Amino acid sequence: MSNLITTEFTVNGAAAQVTVEPRKLLSDVLREDLRLTGTHIGCEHGACGACTVIIDGAAVRSCLMFAVQVGGATITTVEGLANSDGSLNPMQQAMQDCHGLQCGFCTPGIVTSMTAFLADHDSPTDHELREALSGNLCRCTGYQGILNAARLASGQPVAIAGSHS
Amino acid sequence: MSTALTAGRYVGQSVKRLEDPRLLSGHGRYVDDVQLPGTLHVAFVRSQVARGNITRIETAAARALPGVHAIYTSIDLNPRVKQFWHTMLGPPPELGGQSEYPPTRPLADGDVRFVGDPIAVIIADNRYIAEDAADLVEVEIDVLTPVLDIREAATDNIVVHPERGTNLIGSMAQPVVPDVDAMFASAAHLVTRAFKQCRASNVPMETRGIIVQYDKWAGDLQIWAATQSVSEWKSSAARLTGVSEQRVRVIAGDVGGGFGLKMMVTRDEAAVIMAAHLFGETVGARPIKWIEDRRENLISANQAREEEIDVTMAVTADGHIMGAKIFFWEDVGAFPSGSGATGSMAMGVFPGPYKFPMVLPGNTAVFTNTCGKAAYRGPWMMETVAREQMMDHVAREIGMDPIEFRRINIVKSEDLPYTTCMTMVYDESVSPNETMEQACEMLDVAAFRSEQATARAEGRLIGMGLAVYMEPSAVSFGILSSDQAIMRMDNSGKVIVAMSTGNHGHSLETTIPQIVAEHLGCDIDDVILVQGDTASSPVGPGTGGSRSAVVAGGAAQTASLRMKEKIFQIAAHVLEAAVEDLEVNSSMVSVKGTPAKALPFMAIASMAYQMPDALPPGMEMGLEITARYRPPAPFTWSNAAHMCTVEVDPLTGMTKLLRYIVSEDCGNMINPMVVEGQIAGGVVQGIGGVLFEHMVYDNDGNPLATTFLDYLLPSAPEIPDIEYGHIVKPSASIGGYKGMGEGGAIGAPPAVANAIHDALAHLGVHPTRFPLGPSQVLDLINEAAHAG
Repeated sequence: MSNLITTEFTVNGAAAQVTVEPRKLLSDVLREDLRLTGTHIGCEHGACGACTVIIDGAAVRSCLMFAVQVGGATITTVEGLANSDGSLNPMQQAMQDCHGLQCGFCTPGIVTSMTAFLADHDSPTDHELREALSGNLCRCTGYQGILNAARLASGQPVAIAGSHS
Repeated sequence: MSTALTAGRYVGQSVKRLEDPRLLSGHGRYVDDVQLPGTLHVAFVRSQVARGNITRIETAAARALPGVHAIYTSIDLNPRVKQFWHTMLGPPPELGGQSEYPPTRPLADGDVRFVGDPIAVIIADNRYIAEDAADLVEVEIDVLTPVLDIREAATDNIVVHPERGTNLIGSMAQPVVPDVDAMFASAAHLVTRAFKQCRASNVPMETRGIIVQYDKWAGDLQIWAATQSVSEWKSSAARLTGVSEQRVRVIAGDVGGGFGLKMMVTRDEAAVIMAAHLFGETVGARPIKWIEDRRENLISANQAREEEIDVTMAVTADGHIMGAKIFFWEDVGAFPSGSGATGSMAMGVFPGPYKFPMVLPGNTAVFTNTCGKAAYRGPWMMETVAREQMMDHVAREIGMDPIEFRRINIVKSEDLPYTTCMTMVYDESVSPNETMEQACEMLDVAAFRSEQATARAEGRLIGMGLAVYMEPSAVSFGILSSDQAIMRMDNSGKVIVAMSTGNHGHSLETTIPQIVAEHLGCDIDDVILVQGDTASSPVGPGTGGSRSAVVAGGAAQTASLRMKEKIFQIAAHVLEAAVEDLEVNSSMVSVKGTPAKALPFMAIASMAYQMPDALPPGMEMGLEITARYRPPAPFTWSNAAHMCTVEVDPLTGMTKLLRYIVSEDCGNMINPMVVEGQIAGGVVQGIGGVLFEHMVYDNDGNPLATTFLDYLLPSAPEIPDIEYGHIVKPSASIGGYKGMGEGGAIGAPPAVANAIHDALAHLGVHPTRFPLGPSQVLDLINEAAHAG
């Protein structure tokens, strides 16, 4: 248990300080040391995207980083996405409106990835939205509701799932 | 596209999910989110060879590692197992039951039987240390040749489980019937094909996970688990350990998908339960946590779909099916859940939506030195994979359009009720023909054929594929036959309903309150569903097998009606009115036509609990209702037709999906949004099984798809927008609901395969085997070119 390293960074607007082994993954530190269990671990090899968090504005897989690498960084996890009044942010709300989640396990990575993407893209095309989602695997929804949520959150009109003419 | 719905205030409405805000904001509670003080963490030592004898296990170095608390091998755990069987399958023959099971051994004992076979359990301060220790355990194995192929396994030259003496399990010879042979010999057309699908895995995004704490002084065994059925797990854990069942509590919070994998306790989870029990006996009551990593999940959680069907179909000159001989081959791996064999079910439902005068079935299921088989969304669905491709193959061979061939043979409304040659009964509520015609209409088949001709002239390969199937939902046997709603209206007039179900994506936290609010007459916000905790939930089937809408929904509806009856009796007494003259709206009971004479639920609840003299004479105090519901038939049939169009790139062999259409009939929809979500998820899993997902073993039995870079799940760019059509024929179950959770995964594989077939048939390509990825399709095109 030697070789502990102290790292300071900001998470969801609050200062955080952790003293952990250098090999400890950022995802594990967020979940275990900071009790931010909304960040989920689906593969630990950077393929599924469930552990995505926003670091200094960029969507990053927290399972591919060590916590000691984020000194001084500003991190937003899924717990930090909601508006200050507690209401869901536009991507989160669109996910509920469009039935973009079922079991909800991949969901934190979807909403962090797309929140970061939409912050950088004003009016993405459908192709761009699909590509933006390509790094997040979902086993429940068949991506139908997620894609509609991304469309809705980017300002496109969407027929809400299950409503028929 | 939809037929008219008679939606109520809640039932039939796309109510937004009540569970979403917590899941969207990162406040779900999955098993790994349960972080209890004093938790210790498990890592397994697993076999790296498929078959061999263990000659030495050395754990001294691992035990010496700081932070390691215990290391258990088969000697420690296996003899402590009392019984290991599953309630839903029943006990093994030696305990008076009929279900076959693989040998009972949580940990490998003397030999290993597949790559991933658990050899030792390490308990340490954290998973990092546990994995360090696992690396320090030395295991020496004399490697033996494994058996990996279904037909080779059937010869028993190499036997996976020597104590069983044979690899065969749950097998049935095909009967020889001379009359049938004579009839086949006289048939105008006799077509034979062998269809194969390929090994896949459920891979829920949340892997398996379990926390177990045994307190020997209290006698309590407490489990938190990622499971589809806390009721099943409670009984299994009691049988495994010998702890009295009422002392076992199982809690499942949010579960990150299951698709069948998390229905029954698997061997790895049994090992953790046994390890925690031993730790509690000998060291102390600490929570022992195992969270499977993705590599373990892909190597040792489960496999499915390693299945083949050989089929010979006899057809008259004018295209009427005379009958079929079918033989089903399946690989159940080394340690399946139960027998793993689905042959009898698959053969029983093989006729599907068509009028087969006879089907002669046979099947062989075999153990192999591979990961064990578990239920995966539509576990019997190879029947539809084979039958629906066969319909296209036969049609092409006899020179008939595949849709026309189906039209001649499909069960139509005038045929109902219809009993299949396998004795399955379809009542008046099924609609295979209607869904097929709706799917054809949604595509506009004539327009597509014209588009196809144009494309072909340009050298482009496009095709359409159809699949029609009957889904035996809410299969009702044993523990799966019924569920209970324990309903309580509390002092404030709010409703709590407890059920055996669980939350792993099925939206029951919304749809059960929809049913209760509809039939009790309150606001949906006044109802909560409590599930996934044996301390409050009844004994029941859990959530799986397309069961919850019918069975749990039926129980919730029955309880709501009983609760309303009691509330009306109290209100009638207090308001001095007849029960028949009362109505309810938004938790307010009033006399019809006299709205001033009214009582809110809260007032009625107060009387029920606190004012015994206000109640009708003789009425029991309180507002607590139970209702156990069993569907009226052993199968509640839903049905659907899938139609898709594809373009195959002749240079790369890559298939691109153009359109995907599903017309389905699940009876009355509780929540159409949720129905369509279930369809979509199943369809994409089915697409994955044809185009992307393939668990491959090399010739030594090493799994080659051990990460998501090798085991390819479909992702957003590959999947088109799915188009839905609904036919609504209410079932005979209360509420008129039918289950439909598995159907998407059943219909999609043959629909996609038939579309690829349609795109390539003019080149002489007639696919029969999955996967149909780019390399396989390119090989088929090249083979046909050389043959031609």
